[in-house]
Amino acid sequence: MTALVTLKGIAASLMKSDINTDTIAPLVRAGQGLQPAGIRSSSELAQRLFGPWRYATDGQENPDFVLNKTPFRDAKFLIAGDNFACGSSRETAATMLQAFGIRCIIAPSFGLIFKDNCFRNHMLPLVLQTDDIEKLSIMAELEEQFTLDLTDCTLKTASGFEISFSLPLFRQEMLLKGTDEVSTTLNREQAICQFETVVSKSRPWEQLVG
Amino acid sequence: MSVDGTLFNKIWNRHVVADLGEGFNLLYVDRHVVPDFNGSAFTRLRDRGLKVRKPELTFATADHSVSTDPNTSDVLQILNPHVQNLRKETQEFGVKNFDIGQIGHGIVHVITPEMGIALPGLTVTIGDSHTCTNGALGALAWGVGQGEIVHILATQTCVQQKPKTMRVNLEGCLPPGIGGKDLVLFIIGQLGVAAGNGFAVEYAGSAIESLPMESRFSLCNMSVEWGARYGMIAPDQITFEYVKGRTYAPKEEKWDAALEDWKSLATDSDAVFDHEVTLNVTGMKPQITWGNSLDMVSSIDGRVPFLNNVIDASQHANMQASISYMGLQEGGELLGLTVHRVFIGSCTNSRISDLRAAAAIVKGRKVAAHVKAWVVPGSEMVKRQAQQEGLDKIFLAAGFEWRNPGCSMCLSANGETIGPGERAISTANRNFAGRQGPGSRTHIASPAVAAASACAGVIADPNQMMMQESRA
Repeated sequence: MTALVTLKGIAASLMKSDINTDTIAPLVRAGQGLQPAGIRSSSELAQRLFGPWRYATDGQENPDFVLNKTPFRDAKFLIAGDNFACGSSRETAATMLQAFGIRCIIAPSFGLIFKDNCFRNHMLPLVLQTDDIEKLSIMAELEEQFTLDLTDCTLKTASGFEISFSLPLFRQEMLLKGTDEVSTTLNREQAICQFETVVSKSRPWEQLVG
Repeated sequence: MSVDGTLFNKIWNRHVVADLGEGFNLLYVDRHVVPDFNGSAFTRLRDRGLKVRKPELTFATADHSVSTDPNTSDVLQILNPHVQNLRKETQEFGVKNFDIGQIGHGIVHVITPEMGIALPGLTVTIGDSHTCTNGALGALAWGVGQGEIVHILATQTCVQQKPKTMRVNLEGCLPPGIGGKDLVLFIIGQLGVAAGNGFAVEYAGSAIESLPMESRFSLCNMSVEWGARYGMIAPDQITFEYVKGRTYAPKEEKWDAALEDWKSLATDSDAVFDHEVTLNVTGMKPQITWGNSLDMVSSIDGRVPFLNNVIDASQHANMQASISYMGLQEGGELLGLTVHRVFIGSCTNSRISDLRAAAAIVKGRKVAAHVKAWVVPGSEMVKRQAQQEGLDKIFLAAGFEWRNPGCSMCLSANGETIGPGERAISTANRNFAGRQGPGSRTHIASPAVAAASACAGVIADPNQMMMQESRA
C-alpha cells in the first residue's frame, strides 16, 4: 500500500455531472470475451479507463478527449461534476484512475461506494463547493500545477489559489501512513468477540449454523 | 422526538461494534454474499494469510458472468474462469456456494431474500450496488467494493459513515398493474438521480402499506439509482408472510422471538428524519425512460421533451446527447417507437410475480416478427416455480426465449449483448449509454410494458393492450 502524503501535478477537467461507473470503468464485453478473472495488471487497468470516451469504436484514440491530450495524459488530479462515479460498486472505477496516475478526484459529490473504494486504495475523493470547483476547472485548463498536501489538508495551485479541507482523522491517517483498514480492524478483535457474545444471547434468532 | 426512532437508526445502532469518531462506525455484518466478479477477494485474503472469520455467515453465487443460454453444451460452465474460481475459493475457505442448477443459485439479490439469508433487522453486505434491494425486508443492506469485501471476510465488520435519513411518503392508490418499478422510476423523475446521495431512504405511505413484497424489492433495488446507498421499508405482515418458512429463516420458538423483535423495528410515530418528501401516486401510469440517465423518464403516453425550455447548460447537453444517442426526436411520442429487443430479467424484475405479470399479457399473443425477446428468470427457484405454473410454455409459445438464471442483458457482462442502434425494452435498472453493448439503446420499464412492447413490436402500453382485448 502506498501512502498519499503529497501529490503534485496537473489536473484534467471533466465538468459533467453524473459520470457513471460504466463510463469510467467499462466491462470487457461482446466479442472480447469475459472480464478477466483474478487480479488485473496496472497497465491493463490504465488502458481501459474511460474506454467509451477515450476510444472510438475502431479502438483508435479519440483526440478530443481530455486524457488523450498532452499534457493531460500525465494528469494527477481529475475535476468533475456532481455525483461523480454514480452507479455500480466496481472497485475498478477507483483503481483504473489510480493506474492511470490520478489519485485525487475533486467533485461537489461522489457515488458513495466509489468514495469508500477510493480511500481503501489510498486515493482522495475531495468534496469541494461548486464555485471553487469551477475556478479549479479553469486553472486546470490553463495547465496549472496543483499541489495537494495531506499533512495540513490543503490544495494549492500555481496561481496562488489555496483551499483547506477537513477529513475524518482515521482516514487522514490511513492516507498518510498508507495503512490498511483490515489490519486496524483486526486489532479490534476483542470488541468484535464481545459484540458476538452479547448478540448471541440478546438476538439468538440471528445465529446461523452452516 | 428522536432521530434514533427511525427504522434505519434502530438497526444501525444495534450493530455498532466501535465508534470511530466523526460519524463513522464499525458495524457488524450479519450476512455477507460474494458474487462471481468478486471471487478474487478470496485470493487477496489468502495472499495476506487471512481466513474468513465467519464462513457460516458468508455465501457465494455466480450471477454476473454466467451464460444464460439454455442450449449451452457447458452446462456447469467449467470454461467460465469466474465460476470456476468461485467454486475453488469457496471450497477452500469453507463458504457455501450456490452452484449452477441448484436451488439457491441465481442473481444474488433474488436469492438472498428467497433463501431467507436476508431477514428483517439484519445487516447485509454484498459486492454489488443493488444490495439495497434487501432493504425491502426491513434489513440494513448496502453494496460494497472489493476492498470492503476483503475487510468483511476477515473481520465480519464494515466501516460506514452514518448517512442522513430521508423518508419518501408515497400516498394514494395505485392502479392495477402499476408496481414498484413504476414507483421508483416516478420518484427518480421527480427528484433526480442524485437526490438520495448521502441519505438512507425509507419508503412509506399508503401506497407502500399495500405493496406486495416482490414489488417492494423492485422499488428498493433502484434506491442506488438516485444516489441512496440504503433503501428500506418497515417490516410488516406482508414481510413476515414472505419470510416465514424460508430455508435460513428462524424456525419455531426462534421465529416467535424474531417476530416480536421485528415488529418493534418500524419507525416510531414521533421519529424525525433529516429530510422528508411526499408524492401523490394516485392514478399513476406505467413509466418508461427515454434517455441515458434514469431521470429522463416519462409516463408511457408522454413525449421526449423539447429542449428549448431547458435552461441549465449541463442538463441541456446531457439531454441532447441522449436524444441523439437514443435515436429520438424532440417532442416525439414514445408509444409506437420500433423495438428490436426485449429483456425481462435482472435483480430488479425477474421474480415470480414479474414473470406472472408478463405472462398475463403475453398469453395468446405472439412476439412481433422483428423482435428478439428473452425471459431470464432471477433464480433457479423462480425458474422451477414458473415452469410448474406453465409460464415457460406461455413465453415459448409466443416466441420468447426461456433462459437460465443470471444477470444477463442487464449489464451484458457475460457477452449477452444487443447490437448497435438496436432499441431494447429492459426491465433492469440502468439505461447508461452502452449498458447493453456498444451503441445499444435501452429503455427501462416494468415487465408489463416489456411484454406488451414485445408483442406490439413497438413501445406499447400494457393497459391499453389488455383493454382492447376485453373490448374485442
